[in-house]
Formats: sequence, structure tokens, C-alpha cells
Amino acid sequence: MSIFFKNPLALSGLIIILTILIAALVAPIIAPYDPNFININSILLPPSTNHLMGTDGLGRDVFSRMLYGAQISLLVGFVAVGIATLIGVILGSLAGFYRGWVDSLIMRFVDIMLSIPTFFLILAVIAFLTPSIWNIMIVIGLTSWMGVTRLVRAEFFSLRQREYVLAAETMGSNHFSIIIKHLLPNSLTPIIVSSVLGIASAVLVESGLSFLGLGVQAPTASWGNILTDGKEYIQFAWWLSLFPGLAILITVLGYNLLGEGLRDILDPKNKI
Amino acid sequence: MKKNVLFFNFIVIFILPLFIISCSKDTSEVIDYSKEFENSFGGNLINAMAGEPSNLIAMIAGDSASSAIAGNIFNSLVKYDENLNYAPDLAESWKISNNQKTITFKLKNGLQWADGIPLTSADVLFTWKLITNPNTRTPYASDYQLVKKASTPDPLTFKVTYESSYAPALDTWTSLHILPKHILKDEDINNTFFSRKPTGSSFYKLDKWISGQQVTLKANNKSVLGVPLIEKLISRIIPDTSSQFLELTADNIDVMNINPIQYQRVFPARKDLQQKIALYKEMGNGYTYLGFNLKKPPFNDIRVRQALNYAIDKDEVIKGVLLGLGEPISSPYKPGTRWINPNLSPYPYKPSKALELLQEAGFKKNNDGILMKNGKPLKFEIITNQNKQREMTAVVIQKRLQDIGVDVSIRVIEWASFVNRFIKTGDFDVVVLGWSLSLDPDQYNIWHSSQQGPGQFNFLGYSNKNVDKLLELGREELNISKREKIYHKFSKYLLEDSPIIYLYAGYSLSAVHKRVKGIKKPAPPAGIYHNNYNWFIPKPLRRNEISER
Amino acid sequence: MISYLIKRILWMIPMLIGISLVSFFIMHLAPGDVTSSEASFNPKASEESRQKLRELYNLDKPVIIQYGLWVKRIAQLDFGNSFASHQKPVLWERTDKSGNVTKGLIQESLPITLMINLLGICIIFSISIFLGTLSAVRQNTWVDRSITLFVFIGFAIPGFWLALLLMYWTGVSNQWLPISGLHSLGYQNLSNFDQFTDLLKHLILPVSISSLSGLAGISLYVRNGMLDILHQDFITTARSKGLKESKIVFIHALKNAILPLITIVGLSIPGLIGGSVIAESIFAIPGMGKLFYDSVLMRDFPVIMGILTIGSFLTLIGNLLADIGYAWADPRVRKGLVK
Repeated sequence: MSIFFKNPLALSGLIIILTILIAALVAPIIAPYDPNFININSILLPPSTNHLMGTDGLGRDVFSRMLYGAQISLLVGFVAVGIATLIGVILGSLAGFYRGWVDSLIMRFVDIMLSIPTFFLILAVIAFLTPSIWNIMIVIGLTSWMGVTRLVRAEFFSLRQREYVLAAETMGSNHFSIIIKHLLPNSLTPIIVSSVLGIASAVLVESGLSFLGLGVQAPTASWGNILTDGKEYIQFAWWLSLFPGLAILITVLGYNLLGEGLRDILDPKNKI
Repeated sequence: MKKNVLFFNFIVIFILPLFIISCSKDTSEVIDYSKEFENSFGGNLINAMAGEPSNLIAMIAGDSASSAIAGNIFNSLVKYDENLNYAPDLAESWKISNNQKTITFKLKNGLQWADGIPLTSADVLFTWKLITNPNTRTPYASDYQLVKKASTPDPLTFKVTYESSYAPALDTWTSLHILPKHILKDEDINNTFFSRKPTGSSFYKLDKWISGQQVTLKANNKSVLGVPLIEKLISRIIPDTSSQFLELTADNIDVMNINPIQYQRVFPARKDLQQKIALYKEMGNGYTYLGFNLKKPPFNDIRVRQALNYAIDKDEVIKGVLLGLGEPISSPYKPGTRWINPNLSPYPYKPSKALELLQEAGFKKNNDGILMKNGKPLKFEIITNQNKQREMTAVVIQKRLQDIGVDVSIRVIEWASFVNRFIKTGDFDVVVLGWSLSLDPDQYNIWHSSQQGPGQFNFLGYSNKNVDKLLELGREELNISKREKIYHKFSKYLLEDSPIIYLYAGYSLSAVHKRVKGIKKPAPPAGIYHNNYNWFIPKPLRRNEISER
Repeated sequence: MISYLIKRILWMIPMLIGISLVSFFIMHLAPGDVTSSEASFNPKASEESRQKLRELYNLDKPVIIQYGLWVKRIAQLDFGNSFASHQKPVLWERTDKSGNVTKGLIQESLPITLMINLLGICIIFSISIFLGTLSAVRQNTWVDRSITLFVFIGFAIPGFWLALLLMYWTGVSNQWLPISGLHSLGYQNLSNFDQFTDLLKHLILPVSISSLSGLAGISLYVRNGMLDILHQDFITTARSKGLKESKIVFIHALKNAILPLITIVGLSIPGLIGGSVIAESIFAIPGMGKLFYDSVLMRDFPVIMGILTIGSFLTLIGNLLADIGYAWADPRVRKGLVK
């Protein structure tokens, strides 16, 4: 554990993430205003003591909306990555354990999915279904499992030949328990690292979609759709562009730092 | 050390060009735009379009970019003048028969197409045949199919006979662009190259169309209505409205529609913009409303609808969403036109009256302040499409309704899904939408009880026998004052029944560079653009095409 | 090597089939069809007219048949005509009997996107090799730390936000860089060289935006790769032999680090193609990304299918080229020693 604290990357990443996580969790408590409280007399006010980050086109307090937006971004990140990791682990285990035609089939599917430009795919699917927070989470999850699959498969390939696995097989353990008890626990490193990095990417994609109007819908606040407002009033209300963008930047940075840091920490231990 | 040299080279290669480029920055001098300028031919006017036109044959293209460009290239038989009265376009006069079923148009003398071929009634007949041909992929055929017989007694006369007297007829002839028979007679109108290289008869002809970037129109010296003063109209395709605004401030475009914030907050704060750009405000051509699904309880109860009407503060909506740049209405027509019933006024904001009506309808507030009836809360979903103003409107309405105890949620849906999954199937509670109005008062398609089929416009499910009768009469009555009375009565019924809540008729806001002269101020009823062929750009103010270094 | 090539190319066929299936499947998730956006909500357009439109576009036939008809046509490179941009061919131009040429949508927009992406790749390649190497060589100094910081920020910054900031900045300082379109007015009247610089000026912003995250990622990759290599035995040997440091770094070490780089760049191609959507929309660049976004909103099926297929095809080609490049560059593969 002390190794963890010695690694500056992981440490700074963790601090950033925890701050945002806490802010999101206590949003209902610390938000000075209801994020949906409209006040037509306070339209587009610059930051002040009353409104730390100013107000938007309907007079709503941006700071409060940012706090609730954090909830959305993190929720999308966790659920999307959860889905992607689940699919990736299942497919990767199957490919890595059974090899042969199972592996070929799965890897062909992976290759096909990797060949289609992901953002195009996500755009097309989202635009055809109704944009909603659940659809976004599922679609992002369904289009980002390929990396995890490859990683798990690679780990399984190298681990498969280890003595304890061979021993378990000779003893007649069924495939499922071998996978769960022996192979997966030792493949955790790449899964964890890619999950953390995956959250960063999911947050970016969600904010991009919301920015384009295909993500979280009004009146729910999301960092991406606050930025859409920012674009409307760009020469006039700089605060609507600055704060959400910074928030996205810092959050994604945090997850990337943590992911890279974890990779550094966990790797030497598992190096074969 | 070698590495440092490399670093230095790197800096030079990348940073230096940036300096070179920035040296081409212009210095702008202060120009006095209010001087008297002589009008003369020449110059270019640049506007911005968010989308690219698809097809310059207006009867086939459905998008506004196409019709905007096509409107400069083609003429119709009749058009509207600045006071919104019928005026000659290709036809110099027209006569309506005594039985009110036949219109005889007399064309002007000496009309020519841009290629010099004479324009005659044969072209008009050809166009009518084209639009009523079932193989033509047009959604606009229905009005012209009401013509039972069309003929051309001589090259300057075009005669149409309707089954029964049809009052909106002249209005339909203002929007049919007449097409050249001599070019199109052997072409497949759905696939002809003419859609990208048209020949028209109006002020401009197509000069250049650079796909994805811009469409350039050049003055047509054979124009039937005279040559315009501005030589070139250039429409640049800039999809993002904020980019459009930045281009306006950088003098790269001259005309643009702006939103209330830009009009009310951005411009007044920028002296540099006020110095060179003028703002115009005129009544828009439509209204925004909140519509109830009249087939779904509780909206089938008139008391509920009226209550919600009293519960919404329309002034707040106009102030918040439009920054005051719009007007409340109580008739489904453009303010300032004769069809508005002057004796009607909108439902005032009276939450107490709203609660009274809801109580009569059986709703009582529970301990949490939510209105309940038979154990079920008064709860519904407002849906609207991806239009910024409509979204904001829905949000403001949600707040006011929540204040009196109504539980309202909002869903914003992309247009095609909106129409297909919700409107056509009747699967919705409440919508926030707008109607874009034609200048004829006929609204049969929207309010007649026979128009409730899937895909038809009475999707709210409105049915009132008195209104049906009035709409039928209004279509056949050609006498204007009698028509006025009919539609005034119609508006009265509509207001009482309250199938929709009128939210606002917004202003149309434009920003035009001061170098463009000839704009009428104050704007006449037809708007500032009606005489854009009379606009001119004085010689000293013209934009240079090649950028100077 | 030839057999490797042939195998690789043959592989592309089942891939293309798979891609076409996935694309087609996605299109038919859609509840809407083109006639709804075409006729819009205009009281003047009646239902019968719209039904006629639906029949004329074959939208009434069952899905399997639509797929079969579609595959048959794209095998002949006929991607049909766009619904929304009336009858413009999706892929390539057609000439009618009078000699009028209607250009294809992808034909017009792809070169622009390719140009932006190729420029982007060149920039990414050159700058990231430079930054990564510098970082590795000066490991743990302030140079390394600041480059790493820059890299992380570049990775994390949302492209559309950067585009907004740049728009704001250039808008405020007016006329410093053009913010929309590809050419200035009167472009045709400039000399060839001026046309070229004009085009470059217009490309600076969109190219910067779309290459930023690629740049960050690859710089990091180069850094890590170089670090690994520089610690290996053959480098220590070279040093002890007395070779010049710069020669060691730039010739021996870099040569080895570049190999996997080729694959990585190949893998980032779909990201580049897809990522151009936002940059192109904001800066009004008429490229394939913007075409795709517009088509998706308009439910323009032929174009959407066309771009998904062509985009994937390009990715396959890109990967193939990257693999070939790798195979050629790595003497082990070239000589057939390693598959």
C-alpha cells in the first residue's frame, strides 16, 4: 500500500477522483440552489458571490448544475465501463481458455468492431434510439469492450500453461471453476487498469454526445450540455464554456493519472 | 549539442509561419455609414445558411435552404406586396369568374427565361401538370390537385377551374415556382440535373455551387421584374450559429438571423458592432403553442385545459425565453393581420382560478401539495423537438405547473423520432411546438375533424362541429370581409375550447451590415426582406473579393 | 512475405461482410424514415403524397430483401443516391446524357477529411517522436515532467472544448485565423501558392483539434518504448563501444521504437476518421465527419451506410498498410522468419 503513495501519478489521480466523487455525492447538500430553479431576472449573470460560476440562459445557477452534472458524468462512466468490462471479460475468457474456433470467431468479431470508427457507430446508434442517459451508457459499453477482451485473452494465453492450471485440469476441475478461481484473479491487473482508463474515455464520449445534443437531455444538467449553452453564447458568457470544460478535463486527467499510475505499480509485480 | 539545435529548428519551423500569417491582419478604419450614398449596380451580399440546399426545384425539395435559394431564381404567378396584398409576379392581372370557381390569369408581355427563350402560359400549364403528376416526388401536390381543369387559351392566358370555390387558391399560386417547359419537357423531374443547374426567370441566376461550402447567385439581366442592384448573392454554408455570429463580427458575412440574447445583450455591449451592423426586428411568421392530446384524459376535460391555461404565465415565458422579443396571442394568426380577432385576449396568469377549475374537475391537493383525483396524481410529460427556444419554454412551463401541484416531466426528442414515434401514433401527453403560417387564413388541415388520420395535421384530435362548419365556409368564401367574420368566430371557439395554449408569436430578428442600403425601416408587414432586390451596396463600401496583404 | 500479403488481403473479405451486416443492422434500429424529415411538419404536405414517397424509395419492403438488394449494389460499388441531398450519388459521380456531371457525396468530402487526417498523422508522427524521445532521454528532469504533463492534459482535454476556446480566442482577436470554411472569398483569383497558404490557414484550427489526443497518446507510447529500449543490453554495448550518444539515440534506438509505432498509428486511424465529426461541424469543413453527422440527423440511410462501409474499409486498408509497413520494416518478418 505504501508503494501506492510513493507513486505521484496514482496519488494525484486518486486525489482528483476522490474530490470529484465526493462533490458528486454531496451535491444535494452543498449545492446552493436547485439546479432546475429558473429565474428569468438572473439570466446570464457572470460569476459573483451569489453565483460562484454565474448563471445560464434561464437564470439557473451554474455551480449547482455542475455539481449535479458530476453525478451524471460519473454514473455514465461507471455503468458504461461496467458493461464493457463484463462483456470483455466474458468474451476474453472464452477466447483465451478454449482457443481454437471459439477464439477465432470471437477475435474476428473483435476485429470487425474495431474497424468501424467508434464515434460514428455511437452517433448512429444513439441518433436512432432516443437519446437518454441509459441508452448512452449501454451504447458506450457496447462499443468499448474490445480492448478488455484482447487483454484478458492475452493474459489467459500466457497463464494457461502454468503448472497450477494444468494441475487443476488433471484433477478434473470443471472449466468454469478454473477460469474463476485460477485464471481471472491473476489477470486482474490489465482489467483494472483498462477499467480506470475506460472511465476517463466514457466521460469524454458522454460529454461529447451531450454537447452535440445527442446525450443527456434537458432539463437534466450534464457538463456536456452546459457547454452546448456555452457555445450559443460564446462571445458573451465565457463562464458557461470555461467551467464545464475544466471539469471534464480535470476528471479525465484524474482517471488517466490513476490508470497509468496503477499500471506502473501493478506491473512489476506481475511481470513474468 | 545536437539535441538543442534540433529543438531550435523545431521552434523555427512551427512558430515562424504563425508570425507570417498573422502579419496579414487588416487594420480597419472607422467608416461613416450614415452618409447619403448613390445607388449603383454591383457588390456582393453574403449570408450564412446552416444547411446546404438539396435541390433547387422547390416543389421537390422540402428544406428551407433550398426554397430560400430557389426563391431568388424563380417566379410564381402571383406574389405578396409589402402590405401583404396580392400583387403581380408573372401574371399582370387575374379575374375570378362569377361562379367563383374559375381564375383567369393574364401574363405580362415580353417575359423571358434567363436563357432568352420567351416565358408563356405553356410553361405555367407544364408546371401545373408536373406538380399534379403522381410520379413527381412532391409532398405539395394536394392544393393543386383541387384544380379540375387547367387550360391555356393563348400564350398569355392561363385558366384554372376548381370543383368548388376555393378561397386559398390565390395563396397557393404564390408559392408555385414556374418551371421552363423547353428545358424540362423530356427530363425526369425527380432526377434531372436541372435541380443543380436551374434556369429561372427571376432576379438571380445560379453562378456557382461549391458543394458543402457556398452557393453563388448572379444578377439575371433578363429578369422579368427588372435587374437587382446587388450583383452577387453568396450563401455560405456555416452550420454552427456561433460560428456564423463570429463571421458576422469579422465582416465575413453581411446578413444573419440572430437570437434574443444576441439582440438584447451582446450587441448593446459592443460598440464596435453597433458601429457597423444594424439590427432589425419584425413579427415572425408563426406562433409557438402547448398542445394537448385531446383523446387522453384528463385533457379531454375542458376545465383541465383552461385551468392549465390560467396556470401558465405567458409574460414570463416571453420574458425568459425571448427576452421580451415576442407577443402573446389569442388567435391562431400572425399579429397585425386582419384575421386576428381584436375582441379576444389571452388567458391571464391566475393560479387561483386554475386551482378553482381543477377542483371543479375533481382534483384536490394531497399532503405533499400534489393534485390528486381518485388516488392518481395530475402528472404528464411534455415532449418537444430539439429546438433551443422550445426546450427553454418547456422548462419554464414545468416550473409554473409544479408551483400549483402538477407533476410535469420534459423529454426532448429528435425530429424524425418525434414525428414517427409519438405524434403519428398518438402516444403523447402534451407537446410544445410551433406552426409556421401561410398568409391565407385557411386552417382546415389543422383543425377540421376529418383531418385526424395518421400523419395528418389534426394530431391533437380536435373536433368541434361549429368549427368544422366555419372552416368549410371559410374555404369557399371569396369575399374578404365575410371571410374575416368567419375566421374571427373560428378564433373565438378555439380560444374557449383551449385545445392548445397560445404561448407566443416571436419576433424575427436580423442583423444586417450597414453597408447594405435600401432596407425599409420600420419594416412593412411583409418584412424587411420583401424588397431585397432593391437593396444596394454603395461603391465605396463594397467588399473586396481578394484578400489584401 | 507475399503469402503473408495475400492472406491478409483475403482476410478483408469476411471482414467486409461482417461490417456490412453490423452497419445494416444498426440502420434498422431506427424508428423514423426519411419521408418524415423530408416533408417536415408543414401543413401543406399531405399524407398521401408522403406515402407515395415511401413507396418510391422501397422503404416498404421487408428488411432481409432490403439488405440483399443493398449488398448486391455495393458489390458493384453502387451505393445509391442520397435521400436528403436529392439524388446526389453517395459514392462517385455520375454523368447524364447531356454530359452533366453530378459529383458523389463521399467523392467530394472524403479527400478533405483524408487531407486533414493525413496532415494530422504527419504532425503526430513528427512531433510525438520528437517529444517522446526528448522525454525518454531526459528522463525525470523537468523537461520530461513537463512533457509528460502536457501529454496527459492533451489526452484529457475534450476536443470540442478546445475548439470552443480557440473559436473564442480567434473571434476576439479577429481575422487572425479564419474560423470557418476551407477557402476565403475570391480564392480562385489567388495565385497557386497563395491558394495553398490560404488553404493551410483554414486548416490550422481543425487539424490541431483532431490531432491533439493522438499526439498525446503516441508521445507517451514513444517515451515508454524508448525507455525500454534504452535500457537494453545492445544499447549499453553500443555505448561502451564509444558511439556518439546522439547517434545511439536517433539511429539505433529510434529504429526499434518506430516499428510498433507504425502499428499504433494504424490502430488510431478509425479514431481519426470518427473524431473529425466535431472539428468539421464547428469549423464548417465539408468533410466526411460532418457529412455523417448531418446524414444521421436527416436519417439519410444510403449515405450513413455508405460512410460506415467506406470508413471501415479505409480502416482496414490503413491497418493493412500499417501491417505491410511493419512487415517490410522488420527484417525478421520480411525474411519470413517470423509470422
